[in-house]
Amino acid sequence: MTSTVTATIEAAKAEGRAALLGYLPAGYPTVPGSIDLLKGMVDAGCDLLEIGVPYSDPVMDGPTIQKAANAALSAGFRLRDVFTVVEQVSAAGGKAVVMTYWNPVFHYGVDRFSRDLAAAGGLGMITPDLVPDQAEDWLAASEAHGLDRIFLVAPSTTEERMALTTAASSGFLYAAAVMGVTGARDAVGADAAGVVARARAHTSLPIGVGLGVRSGEQAAEVAGFADAVIVGSAFVSSAAAGVAAVRELAAELAEGVRRPLVTS
Amino acid sequence: MTEQVTSADEQEHDRHDPDGRGHFGPYGGRFLPEALIAAMDELTTVYEKARLDPDFVDEFNRLLRDYAGRPSLLTEAPRFAEHAGGARIFLKREDLNHTGSHKINNVLGQALLTKRMGKKRVIAETGAGQHGVATATACALMGLECVVYMGEVDTQRQALNVARMRLLGAEVIPVTTGSRTLKDAINEALRDWVANVDTTHYLLGTAAGGHPFPMMVRNFHKVIGQEARAQILEKAGRLPDAVAACVGGGSNAIGIFHGFIDDADVRLVGFEPGGHGIDSGEHGATLSEGTPGMLHGAKSYLLQDEDGQTIEAYSISAGLDYPGVGPEHAWLKDTGRAEYRSVTDDEAMAAFQLLSRTEGIIPAIESAHALAGALKLGQELGPDGLIVVCLSGRGDKDMDTAASYFGFTS
Repeated sequence: MTSTVTATIEAAKAEGRAALLGYLPAGYPTVPGSIDLLKGMVDAGCDLLEIGVPYSDPVMDGPTIQKAANAALSAGFRLRDVFTVVEQVSAAGGKAVVMTYWNPVFHYGVDRFSRDLAAAGGLGMITPDLVPDQAEDWLAASEAHGLDRIFLVAPSTTEERMALTTAASSGFLYAAAVMGVTGARDAVGADAAGVVARARAHTSLPIGVGLGVRSGEQAAEVAGFADAVIVGSAFVSSAAAGVAAVRELAAELAEGVRRPLVTS
Repeated sequence: MTEQVTSADEQEHDRHDPDGRGHFGPYGGRFLPEALIAAMDELTTVYEKARLDPDFVDEFNRLLRDYAGRPSLLTEAPRFAEHAGGARIFLKREDLNHTGSHKINNVLGQALLTKRMGKKRVIAETGAGQHGVATATACALMGLECVVYMGEVDTQRQALNVARMRLLGAEVIPVTTGSRTLKDAINEALRDWVANVDTTHYLLGTAAGGHPFPMMVRNFHKVIGQEARAQILEKAGRLPDAVAACVGGGSNAIGIFHGFIDDADVRLVGFEPGGHGIDSGEHGATLSEGTPGMLHGAKSYLLQDEDGQTIEAYSISAGLDYPGVGPEHAWLKDTGRAEYRSVTDDEAMAAFQLLSRTEGIIPAIESAHALAGALKLGQELGPDGLIVVCLSGRGDKDMDTAASYFGFTS
């Protein structure tokens, strides 16, 4: 059975464009507030949603997402709330995967978390600090509950690990555009296209590129070589200004992914 | 005079090494971003080659001897021991090493590896500042650029060490996220490393983190236990009944424990920071009170809430104020080879003052946790007891805290 995530990205590709994947942490600024924001992102053109689990020690995140995660935790976010958010956003037509550091999942129980995520309508997990060689229990749970395993590759990833990681992935492959933490940047990393090209030699899965994208122009640039454009910190920044700002950004990015820049 | 025991032997593989993926039983491993895995693989390869390379081992041992001042003394503390039920207590004097703590052992080893990898920039985290000072020292010695991340709270309670690091040419970056202590300094160092891994070595200061750090840091500190074992045999004519060490991340403890780990009759006892008391909830007793989980790259015990969010640790000692612990300690706890107990701030400060007044040795507050533990062990063992305590560092850095605690400032 083809994964819904893969099919969604392939459908965008058939339209001659990249898919847009927007990130927000669950529970930011509050649980109901995050649901409204995520619904707005769907309405304004996000093909897929990446719903973050706020975590006390987010070592792959820059200041913007760190602050949002802290705000969500301070506002009383509990881990089980992520299922509420996924469920409500999915019921409103969103297609959601969860982005989470591994300890909360491990502590909840990998199989139990996978079961509850699938029951809420979630489609998979992005795991920034879990590599496939440490993921035996997640490989099993994702099979049992029909979830996609979205692992990351980076500019530093060796060919050997590119093969290992792509073989373990499903849904799509997440390529980090730069060596660094999350955060909007003026320029998408020069390494990004290279990582994607290297990964394509190992997999027919769609490839999404994230880390640093914040504008329609950058979305168009990334859409020139990637199958999905992933935007996180820029959405989190706009979330502070409310649903209208998030919708506006989503619309700009959705326009960007529809005019992929083909570089010579 | 005790024979210099550092030798190539200590770097060789033994049955206490983790498996090839860094697992001590179910603990350890690498729970890290993919972006760092290539660097961890490179470090593992370079270290595995170096540990068996006589040139590397000779250079490391030369630095330990001629720069750090090893072997460190083993000093009997009879007046202190009068308060320990009459047991004999010997202190392994890591406080007499250059830079004032055991931290220099690991730092010299990793700085040599940094040069082997051709990297020019070193980053480190520090809690009490002992590891930061040691790292800044090694970088000055070897001409490496040095950046130290330190929680803002710790920069205030350890201001003297901040000045020492800056004098040595290091850049000290106060960390203002989270609890603004050691845990958050490690988070910031990891963020730096992800962005700069091509040029930068992360010189982790404790036997925690992803593979190969727990094994490698332990091996660089094994010299503590190897020396101590030979010294106690010479001075007391027998092995001790117990070896006591403080445990934050656990580097000095794992170093001294390994000298005795195959001596089944020697109890290995780690003392964790009990802070204001376990019941207060304000402590850093990770092994005593924590549960298994992942933090900073390894699976180990962890102070966490029911959602797996890290709970902030507390201790009067900045160097023990950490909600995680090295994975090998988790395994030693589960297998029963080592035992872990907690010592409160007040018990540690009483031992801090007692050692100062009975022996004329001012210990680090971290080490004072092991001293307080030894007082209890001595009572339990009775007058025939023999205890080796790892005096992991000196207390000069703690004068502000001590003056405030004891009311010496007025």
